[in-house]
Amino acid sequence: MKREDIVNFIERAERGDKRALGRLLSVLEDLSLETAWIVEYLASKSGRAHIIGITGIPGSGKSTLISRIIKALRGKGYSVAVVSIDPTSPYSSGSILGDRLRMQEHATDPGVFIRSVTTKGLFGGLSLAALAIIEAFDAMGYDKVIVETVGVGQGETDIMHVADTIVVITMPGAGDDIQALKAGVLEIGDIYVVNKSDKPEASKTYEYMLFVAEKGEVGRGGGWNPIVVKTSATLGLGIRELTEALDKHLSYLIESGEKEKRLVSRRAHMIKLIALKILLESLNSVVEIESSNIMEAVKSMKGFYEEALRIAMLSGKRISDLISI
Amino acid sequence: MKNPPTTRKIKVLVAKIGLDGHDRGAKVIARALRDAGFEVVYTGLRQTVDQVVSAAIQEDVDIIGINQHEGSHIYVAKKLIERLREVGAEDIPVVMGGSIPILDIESLKSIGVKEVFLPGTPISEIIAKLKDLASMKVK
Repeated sequence: MKREDIVNFIERAERGDKRALGRLLSVLEDLSLETAWIVEYLASKSGRAHIIGITGIPGSGKSTLISRIIKALRGKGYSVAVVSIDPTSPYSSGSILGDRLRMQEHATDPGVFIRSVTTKGLFGGLSLAALAIIEAFDAMGYDKVIVETVGVGQGETDIMHVADTIVVITMPGAGDDIQALKAGVLEIGDIYVVNKSDKPEASKTYEYMLFVAEKGEVGRGGGWNPIVVKTSATLGLGIRELTEALDKHLSYLIESGEKEKRLVSRRAHMIKLIALKILLESLNSVVEIESSNIMEAVKSMKGFYEEALRIAMLSGKRISDLISI
Repeated sequence: MKNPPTTRKIKVLVAKIGLDGHDRGAKVIARALRDAGFEVVYTGLRQTVDQVVSAAIQEDVDIIGINQHEGSHIYVAKKLIERLREVGAEDIPVVMGGSIPILDIESLKSIGVKEVFLPGTPISEIIAKLKDLASMKVK
């Protein structure tokens, strides 16, 4: 795509044209060295949004709960953007993006923009595409950017580098207190939600979570003690408490200076992923060309690796200005 | 460095408009397209035309696929294509499938529906036609 087309999308998106924003996000999904300048531009406009990461095991009710949160945040007058991440099939590399299904009641709300992206096989759960899209929503002035992770489970901690506030959703019957003590995704929350709290075992799960939260065994440390909230997304219970917890955490972030630190961490992570993508693409093309002769491949890969590393470092350097806000 | 080959998949919206609750067919198609390497945005049942158009714009899909069984296909197609035009998204091709009388195909095409898939259409044919449509669309 030509640079002037992209500039046109950006200008129209800034004036509130959703079609142009939708097209711009597609360009960002395919981010390359040639389009890295878009991220630079967006970053010069962004940094104000409250990025809320929502994570938890599949089936814990993330999408349904997000739909409720959108409604509550809209009620408070915030504009809301959602990045919803669904898995890519390892067999066909296709995917079904179905999270939107539970948020469609907000599709026609002018203050809401929902975009689904796939993992495209990247590790850690968050792709570069997702990060670039978050940057775009922030730059376009959305007050709240909700990132719904793919929900792969305990290893999915990428969101930690990206979100200002992390909401970890668990549910009754999802495991005993030993699960709650384990390392991984359960460790990283600022707010813990026991969803499906209308189910019989909910109070037990709630007490376990309360116990580990109060003991300071979970959470990201600093001066924040994680809040535990009981909700039922289908019945609409506990949503007010949850949005109050979100507000409270944002105030804490701003007052403690942590908000700025997290913005730096988000951008550093994005730059790392840009460099990684460039490297991987370079390496892949060498492996494809040279796979008939292993020794030749190893030799040329070494040369190519050095070249790719040089390019990655250059691009990293060019956008390193972003790190120092 | 060479330009890396584009990794973008064909993105299709699969939706049902109106009150009909039969979504087995839409789900079969969604799954088949996934297996053919498409990105399928599934909005599910009981959508309004406005919801479908908003979703198509926000997701920047390449194709909108509408599944109708209850006889409203001509009305729905007119409304949908009119709305797409209003928001400047008439370049997104619309295809339809479901229980549609063979005699209505011409009317649907004259409204602007690009393809109509009747019951019994082989999935491979649907996939091939969607790929053609996506490649014709100006990116």
